[in-house]
Amino acid sequence: MLTDIAIIITKIMIVIGGTFTAVAYLILAERKVAGFVQERYGPNRVGIWGLLQPIADGVKTMLKEDITPAKANRIIYHLAPAMVLAPALVTFAVVPFGSGIDAFGRHIAFQIADINIGILFIFAITSIGVYGVVLGGWSSNNKYSLLGGVRSSAQMISYELALGLSVVGILLLTGSLRLNDIVEAQIGMWNVFRQPVAFMIFLVAVFAETNRLPFDLAESEQELIAGYHIEYSGFKYSMFMLGEYSNIITASALIVTLFFGGWTVPFIDVTKLGHLGAFLSVVSFAVKTGFFLFLYLWVRWTLPRFRYDQLMHLGWKILLPLALLNLLFTAAWITYV
Amino acid sequence: MPDLKTEEMVVQMGPQHPATHGVLRLEITTDGEIVKKIDPHIGYLHRCFEKHCEVLNYHQIIPFVDRCDYLAAMNNEHGYVMAVEKLLDIELPPRVEYIRVIMSELNRIASHLVALGTFGLDIGAITPFLFTFRDREKILDLFEMTSGARLLYNYIWIGGVAFDLPNGFVEKCFEFIDYFLPKLKEYDDLLSYNKIFIARTAKVAIIPPAVAIEWGITGPNLRASGVDWDLRRDEPYSIYDKFDWDVIVADGRVGVLGDSWSRYYVRVLEMEQSANIVKQALEGLPSDENVKSAVPRKVKTKEGSVFFRSENPRGELGFYIISDGSDIPHRLKMRSPAFCNLSAISDIGEGLLISDLVALLGSIDIVLGEIDR
Repeated sequence: MLTDIAIIITKIMIVIGGTFTAVAYLILAERKVAGFVQERYGPNRVGIWGLLQPIADGVKTMLKEDITPAKANRIIYHLAPAMVLAPALVTFAVVPFGSGIDAFGRHIAFQIADINIGILFIFAITSIGVYGVVLGGWSSNNKYSLLGGVRSSAQMISYELALGLSVVGILLLTGSLRLNDIVEAQIGMWNVFRQPVAFMIFLVAVFAETNRLPFDLAESEQELIAGYHIEYSGFKYSMFMLGEYSNIITASALIVTLFFGGWTVPFIDVTKLGHLGAFLSVVSFAVKTGFFLFLYLWVRWTLPRFRYDQLMHLGWKILLPLALLNLLFTAAWITYV
Repeated sequence: MPDLKTEEMVVQMGPQHPATHGVLRLEITTDGEIVKKIDPHIGYLHRCFEKHCEVLNYHQIIPFVDRCDYLAAMNNEHGYVMAVEKLLDIELPPRVEYIRVIMSELNRIASHLVALGTFGLDIGAITPFLFTFRDREKILDLFEMTSGARLLYNYIWIGGVAFDLPNGFVEKCFEFIDYFLPKLKEYDDLLSYNKIFIARTAKVAIIPPAVAIEWGITGPNLRASGVDWDLRRDEPYSIYDKFDWDVIVADGRVGVLGDSWSRYYVRVLEMEQSANIVKQALEGLPSDENVKSAVPRKVKTKEGSVFFRSENPRGELGFYIISDGSDIPHRLKMRSPAFCNLSAISDIGEGLLISDLVALLGSIDIVLGEIDR
């Protein structure tokens, strides 16, 4: 019993610590990638290659004055950043990041909670994230942030449908909502090859879900200045940023888990290799996730932004029918072939 | 729900807003995302340019002209000194004319680069902005070589230019042209023909030709509406008639005539033409002459008035000077192209989405220094 609790607490600490470190360095990576794309250096003053920049950024935001607008709804205004950050971190609890090891006389899965409704849990939690954005935008009592919040809510609703439906195809193929089952079903053949259309829909939809360019309408700088977080400063602003980047990491991890075999390594059965296999599986997962993180940054610094109605059009009139067709086709395939 | 109270929201866009390119304030009445009414407020950068001109002699006005349209200072100087020269009947050495054309066209490229970059930024594409500034930097280097300044040059003087071209300028300028022309393809790949960019700008905020003429819109914005009019060709001044170049008129190739994309793309093509003019001017540059031989020590005008207009990167820049015979103008009026271009937005912008309004504002390429003067 005590060992179990210790193991769970250790896992939580590893995941939270890992995610926060990853977030900090993802922000640095974003600036470095931006520099690379734009033919300049990016941060290189703090530590070698700017490696200490995240610490400097963190200290800076903590030392900034924390402003609350006079007419803001105080409770919600203070709560909103947490409502963005918490779901982003909680989602990671069900993502398996390795094959697991046998230690202390039991099998330790590399996953905080191995629940049998993993995917549903993820959709449920990510939907909560939008409340932080909408309420943050509304409670600031600023016209621009209100527009940002409204945009964000409309966007999330439109894309969550396509997102959910694109995954149903995988459920049909796997027959389980448990993420570990989905990963294990992909040994030998990744889902991206079985469900290419679903992958494309999922990819576009998570970009929209995470409010990243080309779908960053909620904060679109040139139109709404900063959108929903226009009034936030200091560490509350930081929390929005941490939430945004945690969301990106979670989304990348999800793409990998659902479509790119999760922690599996191509051509090697890591479950039979003991501790080395467990290590390899974690590396495999990290490398794949890293690629999608880079994709996120790459896209951001290359593409312009959609307009509000074009975004809706894409979500409702293209992605949703496509997801439904894909679902129908998958179901027919399973039934008749 | 019949009791639900709805009302239009008044949003103050600016004076500190990323999309207003300076200190413009748009008071917009919105119904959700739809703009119902636009009320532009200008004057935040008013520096009494025209009043200053009434106490400064003709030479001293040149730095002030620089500061009006700070992105195209050479073109402004060129327009102003030609107006004064028309008043004085000065005969210029040919080398001066060539140098002036080279500078004006380089500055036109630099100004259009800023326009393209910031327009991309308005649409949400951040990287093209850095790319255009990277190339603009090379032009500024050339200007620094010649005049010592990178933004406000005070280089073109009445009757001449401040300095002759430095050693190595011609080679460096050729080098720049060879470097720059292939970069236009890069802009096309990265931005001009990007699907999202086209979706955001084509068929958006259309200015029909008749409306454009009615509002006095000039320059690339007018040509984007399909009106074939360029002062450099139709009212040739300086030595523009010696070069072989085309006036770019939009053909609405991805959308319709007069949309934001056309306004953007006319500028891309114009840069190519300007580079051609610079190349020809460099090839035909007359050998050493004294570039200050015609500069009058003291400007002695005859009584009377003169109006002269030239093609600025933003449109027709006019100077109306009334002289009372002294070396200080009695009155100087500047016809600012960006002011007329901006005035159309309250008409064109109604009924657009907020995002489209940003696209409209970015595509007409305003410089507040020139609007407010």
